[in-house]
Amino acid sequence: MFDLSVGPVQYYWPRQTLTDFYADVADSPARTVCLGEVVCSRRHELKPEDWLDLARDLKQAGKEVVIGTQALLETEAELRSLRRWVEQADFMLEANDAAAVRMLAGHTPWVIGLHVNIYSAPALAEYLSLGATRWVPPVELSLPAVGQINGGGASVQTEVFAFGRMPLALSARCFTARHHHLQKDACAFRCLEDPDGLTLRTREGQPFLALNGIQTQSGSVHCLLGHKQALLDAGVGRLRLSPTSQDFGEVLRQFDAVMNHDASADEAIASLQALRLPGPLSNGFAQPRRAGMDWVTS
Amino acid sequence: MNTPRRPDLVCPAGSLRALQMAVDAGADAVYMGLKDATNARNFAGLNFDLNQARQGVRYARDRGRQVLMALNTYAQADNPQRWFDAVDMAADMGVHAVILADPAVMAYSQRRHAALRLHLSVQASATNYEAIGFYRERYGIQRAVLPRVLTMSQVAHVIRHTDVEIEVFGFGSLCVMVEGRCALSSYATGQAPNTAGVCSPPSAVRWDAEGDKVNARLGGILIDQFAADEPRGYPTLCKGRFDVDGDVDYALEEPTSLNTLAILPELVKAGVSAIKIEGRQRSAAYVEQVTRTWRQAIDACMAQPDRFSVQPAWTSALGRLAEGQQHTLGAYSRPWQ
Repeated sequence: MFDLSVGPVQYYWPRQTLTDFYADVADSPARTVCLGEVVCSRRHELKPEDWLDLARDLKQAGKEVVIGTQALLETEAELRSLRRWVEQADFMLEANDAAAVRMLAGHTPWVIGLHVNIYSAPALAEYLSLGATRWVPPVELSLPAVGQINGGGASVQTEVFAFGRMPLALSARCFTARHHHLQKDACAFRCLEDPDGLTLRTREGQPFLALNGIQTQSGSVHCLLGHKQALLDAGVGRLRLSPTSQDFGEVLRQFDAVMNHDASADEAIASLQALRLPGPLSNGFAQPRRAGMDWVTS
Repeated sequence: MNTPRRPDLVCPAGSLRALQMAVDAGADAVYMGLKDATNARNFAGLNFDLNQARQGVRYARDRGRQVLMALNTYAQADNPQRWFDAVDMAADMGVHAVILADPAVMAYSQRRHAALRLHLSVQASATNYEAIGFYRERYGIQRAVLPRVLTMSQVAHVIRHTDVEIEVFGFGSLCVMVEGRCALSSYATGQAPNTAGVCSPPSAVRWDAEGDKVNARLGGILIDQFAADEPRGYPTLCKGRFDVDGDVDYALEEPTSLNTLAILPELVKAGVSAIKIEGRQRSAAYVEQVTRTWRQAIDACMAQPDRFSVQPAWTSALGRLAEGQQHTLGAYSRPWQ
């Protein structure tokens, strides 16, 4: 059995959209939900208290709730917000930066987020010695490497990014604002217009990346539906599905059917390809030294 | 307030020749890497074998300069021991410090070579003093290199809140992404800084002609297209021209170089301990010219900080060397903020 986990919404969605989205998640097969704004501190449709209210509602609905911390911290105000999250004791945190690791180390169980760079078993051991109990590996790590690092699942609960546009890079610069010829501090929150990010294409029209504020994502939608055995071999017990604006409930159902109820992966993939997803499917990162944008069929 | 210290000029060496020329041109410290994936400039024909590294350390030490060894990639799952062996090697040859990004490698170094100085690599992505504090408390780092994403006032804020020496980039190619937090190259080619010590590797580059245009591809992806008479840049992934909603432009970054000469007095006043020149992949002649220019600038700034002005000769010397012939203060000034 795999526990399905809903990753943080990477985009800037209106308040009502977020509320509706999580109401659907409450009734879904997901076991865990990661909440919070992890990309940009200017986004404010939900305030920290709103996130906590949502967290309590989801907990009431039987979900495990984790709060993700912001990945790129530059200002004192951002550090203050992080400290406030660390001070609350109701929900486990997922650390996405060494500052969060410093604040959480040794105090409480915590999750190692995918923005923390771990590429070997000794590196994972360093963080486990600081009280981490769960690991979300970097997206570019292959499944065999994940299995080498976590001792086949023996050393830590492992949650692999299994679906969605992948967070590939962070910058101080906001690329959405740049595209609209706006200053970052006067961005007019134009990323509200892109519920799945703003697709960047090559001059041959190939979807390549997606701009999401200071974050650059894959243009493709990572999908490990066809990798059940490789996931088991790598000691992965949890799958993170990253929210898309359309048809996400159906994605959750397909993953649950394939991973937990022996439905056919090929049929599920075909049905995913018919959904309103923001880009073509990819799974290259599952294999060593493959380009992440590749789609490999066995 | 105390008189600000003179920041060290830290220069790149991709070869023994570059190391010697940097030392002769006035570098206080030179950084280098070994010929493998343990450093973030893992390119064919670049870097040091053991014998060359020993010669380089001797050359610098005889002249009172420092050698820093960059072991600044992440130990990989299939052979972390390679990184630990490299630390042993660096300690054995007597480098002044090792530049590390991976906590596992820091822990090893601290355990085995307690006297070896640790510098936190830019690849560790420490953009705030809490992150730096983590590496200080846990691994005893003595210096941190800041990612090229902070503003001048953010740099000063970090320095005020840490007792770790702070090193910043002064000149060279510009990463618009936070170093150590970018998998774009992996996504297009299967190789990236964190996994292979390379970005946009030459092995993945293809040039093809299409009519009177030339296409520059990386991993098959069209990164840029040049007219016959247009200067052609290397297809670094984030510096290509792409189509976003019908606008074809440099969607992420223009091919410019970082040059912070204009804010040198501010960097000194903020208490920066070292200024780093990027470019281990560059020629020895490049390193020599950049080092000489920056030596003069730092000395002039320390002699008369209030009367410092960027000399036209420096600007033109550096301008000839810059990528795309254009300079920017990058994130330090943030015209886009």
